[in-house]
Amino acid sequence: MNQYIDFYSEVRDTIAARSCAEMNAGREAALQTFSAQGFPSPKAERYRYAKVEADFSPNYGIALTPLGGQLPPYCFRIADAEPRVRVLYNNVADTTDSIVALNTMLCVDTLVVHVPRGVRVEHPIQISNLLKGEQDTMVCRRILIVMDKLAEADVIITERAASQSRFLTNQVVEVVMGSGSHLSLYEIEETHLLCTRYNSVFVQQGRDSHLHHTSLTLFNGHTRNRLDVRLQGEGSEVTANGCVIADKMQRVDNNTLIDHQVPHCQSNELYKYVLDDSAVGAFAGKVLVREGAQKTVSQETNANLCVTRSARMYTQPMLEIYADDVKCSHGSTVGQMDEAALFYMRQRGIDEKEARLLLKAAFITEVIENIPLESLRDRLHVLVDKRLRGELSKCEGCKLCK
Amino acid sequence: MSEKNSFVREVAERKYEYGFTTDVQTDIIEKGLSEDVVRIISQKKGEPDWLLEFRLNAFRYWLTQEQPTWGHLKIPEINYQDISYYAAPSSPLGGKEGGIDPELMKTFDKLGIPLEERMALAGTAVDAVMDSVSVKTTFREKLREKGIIFCSISEAVREHPDLVREYLGSVVPYKDNFFAALNSAVFSDGSFVYIPKGVRCPMELSTYFRINARGTGQFERTLIVCDDDAYVSYLEGCTAPMRNENQLHAAIVEIVVKERAEVKYSTVQNWYPGDSEGKGGVLNLVTKRGHLRGRDSRLSWTQVETGSAITWKYPSCILSGDGSQAEFYSVAVTNNYQQADTGTKMIHIGKNTRSTIISKGISAGRSQNAYRGLVKVTSTADGARNYSSCDSLLLGSKCGAHTFPYMDVHNDTAVVEHEATTSKISEDQLFYCNQRGISTEEAVSLIVNGYAKEVINKLPMEFAVEAQKLLGVSLEGAVG
Repeated sequence: MNQYIDFYSEVRDTIAARSCAEMNAGREAALQTFSAQGFPSPKAERYRYAKVEADFSPNYGIALTPLGGQLPPYCFRIADAEPRVRVLYNNVADTTDSIVALNTMLCVDTLVVHVPRGVRVEHPIQISNLLKGEQDTMVCRRILIVMDKLAEADVIITERAASQSRFLTNQVVEVVMGSGSHLSLYEIEETHLLCTRYNSVFVQQGRDSHLHHTSLTLFNGHTRNRLDVRLQGEGSEVTANGCVIADKMQRVDNNTLIDHQVPHCQSNELYKYVLDDSAVGAFAGKVLVREGAQKTVSQETNANLCVTRSARMYTQPMLEIYADDVKCSHGSTVGQMDEAALFYMRQRGIDEKEARLLLKAAFITEVIENIPLESLRDRLHVLVDKRLRGELSKCEGCKLCK
Repeated sequence: MSEKNSFVREVAERKYEYGFTTDVQTDIIEKGLSEDVVRIISQKKGEPDWLLEFRLNAFRYWLTQEQPTWGHLKIPEINYQDISYYAAPSSPLGGKEGGIDPELMKTFDKLGIPLEERMALAGTAVDAVMDSVSVKTTFREKLREKGIIFCSISEAVREHPDLVREYLGSVVPYKDNFFAALNSAVFSDGSFVYIPKGVRCPMELSTYFRINARGTGQFERTLIVCDDDAYVSYLEGCTAPMRNENQLHAAIVEIVVKERAEVKYSTVQNWYPGDSEGKGGVLNLVTKRGHLRGRDSRLSWTQVETGSAITWKYPSCILSGDGSQAEFYSVAVTNNYQQADTGTKMIHIGKNTRSTIISKGISAGRSQNAYRGLVKVTSTADGARNYSSCDSLLLGSKCGAHTFPYMDVHNDTAVVEHEATTSKISEDQLFYCNQRGISTEEAVSLIVNGYAKEVINKLPMEFAVEAQKLLGVSLEGAVG
């Protein structure tokens, strides 16, 4: 922990010089939060399954480069965004969280996606993050998505690694959705075993807004995804889907909070995990229905497939309800493959390996089929198939995997 | 609406039926907790050295611990030095039958507990515990013929020290948690049951607990050992007088189930819940755990929780015997300002172990009702199977219902399922009943009873009737 505080004290001025006023404003408070709390221990309820201390302890170089290159339409560096958008920075995120505080302390630039009132963005906006470098590196990344009234857009955030160094990503995404806006947000991670990713997404939804969030962890090292959605406008809806394919020593932790603050909102969660080898999966999803948030409809499902004995799954679907006129349900299962289905396929001449693969792919398909964007759906079917066949996990120069 | 409101008020003002105190001479020791107090308790009970040592170890451990805060509860601060840790009705046992203090007898009569002839009809053997001391155990002779031991734990310490020494603390060690350590240090009495090999206990065994004296806590300890191929059904009931201050109840129940044995443990908990303003009431902080040690052993927990200001307990099962089966059936009702954080833990260790969890929460008034449960399947538990279902029913817009299930699965052959729903009584259901001439109050009572039936059906007959009555009292007024 101290390494980060020391580093910050050293480069404080450099960071401030490279950044804008809105971002610099919150740094000292963040430093205080971070120094006071340190890294959350596994005793903290929301970090039960993450090994934060261990994940952050290696000695990483810290990247302090502002955004470069040409930005696609509707995307800006924070300094170039409209002032009313800039002030939203750090207003949606949970500033009491020390991982977010660390990000606020060290982040140099913010990518702003701003879709103005009534605009429907035809092509998906893709934000590709490529981790590359010879040195072990920590990246603090910040994205702010602002959807004005009635705006519509698809945003895809991908995380890839192009070299075999250790990487640690600490990404914070803030989303503000105006009334009647629609956003489909996809996050796809395909990194490698040495990558650690802390991703915190905070969403604030206005009246009648629709969010479709999909988080796909196809290949990774250690990943923790946090999704906090605050439904603040009546009639707003959120669909949060996720799928995880993990093997070897991979660890994936999805932690979600859907906060129903007003009446007539809907939430729908579906998370599916396929765990092989010694992978560890965790899912903790809380649906909070505040007092007065009547007519809430909420459904939360988490289904998991453990393929080997050493794979582990922790699941915790939680409901916290303070209103009486609601329909909330959750379901969660951990199981293995259906022997009858396997037998059926083998009877018809499909070999066992292929049959198992088909079953795994079918299990994941439910999440992919929920994706509204057709081209992405097709691509993901291919990616999942490749992943299950072990083609994605082939790391550069590695002779261990088949 | 106004009619409804008046009914609600009427029921809310209904008094807790068991809220009387009995004027029995009581031997209470000074308030406060220290090593000396532990020694005094042990001395008063004439305990052997090993037990004193056990208590002192627990006490020293307790000193190093802090009261846990993770529950979804607002617990009023408990001043552990302001409680008397030993209260006993003086000379409760007169030696021969009928020698009980008549006042005491009246108490149990008022509670409807059949201590004398009536029990012959009810066919239940009873151990009654008032404040800290077991006052009477019935039917002992008849049970002794079969080799069954059913007596107070202090008696068991005297008469069957080997058994008690072997099993005491073997399921809930004193280091288990804060309240378990406290109980281990100061427990005053409780029940002890031993069912020998191959014996089917011919009657229901039952314990009634009552807190009577002011400013005391109740720390009883129940130990049930069911040997190979034996069977026992055990009931537990409890009441307390109405007091403005909170009373602490920190008990431990330990159950050992050996090969092919079966234990059914049923609780109807009706401690004083506090008044309609949330003042007073019993803090029910209990550790209950069963260890299914033998092959194909079975344990079933059934609980109906209607009382207590705060209920914080998780009757649990450790399924280490291969093929063992555990069940947990619970109805938890909270009204007014009551709070409950209850559920179960199922730890699967043996192969082909099965567990079922059925939990029904009903919250009304301004109460908070939480289910918290853990299902853990270790890597040795091949073929483990769990099914959990927890439903919550909300009656009123100021109350809360929460579900916090934890599932840790470390085995690929395990199948674990969990489902939960939260809803209120639908307008359709009410309308249907109204249409057929059933008043709204009755309809709610019908629907709630139907909702809880799955659990109530698991209770032994005598208790089922009592539980149904309790549900009626706690809920009828909560419509709206």
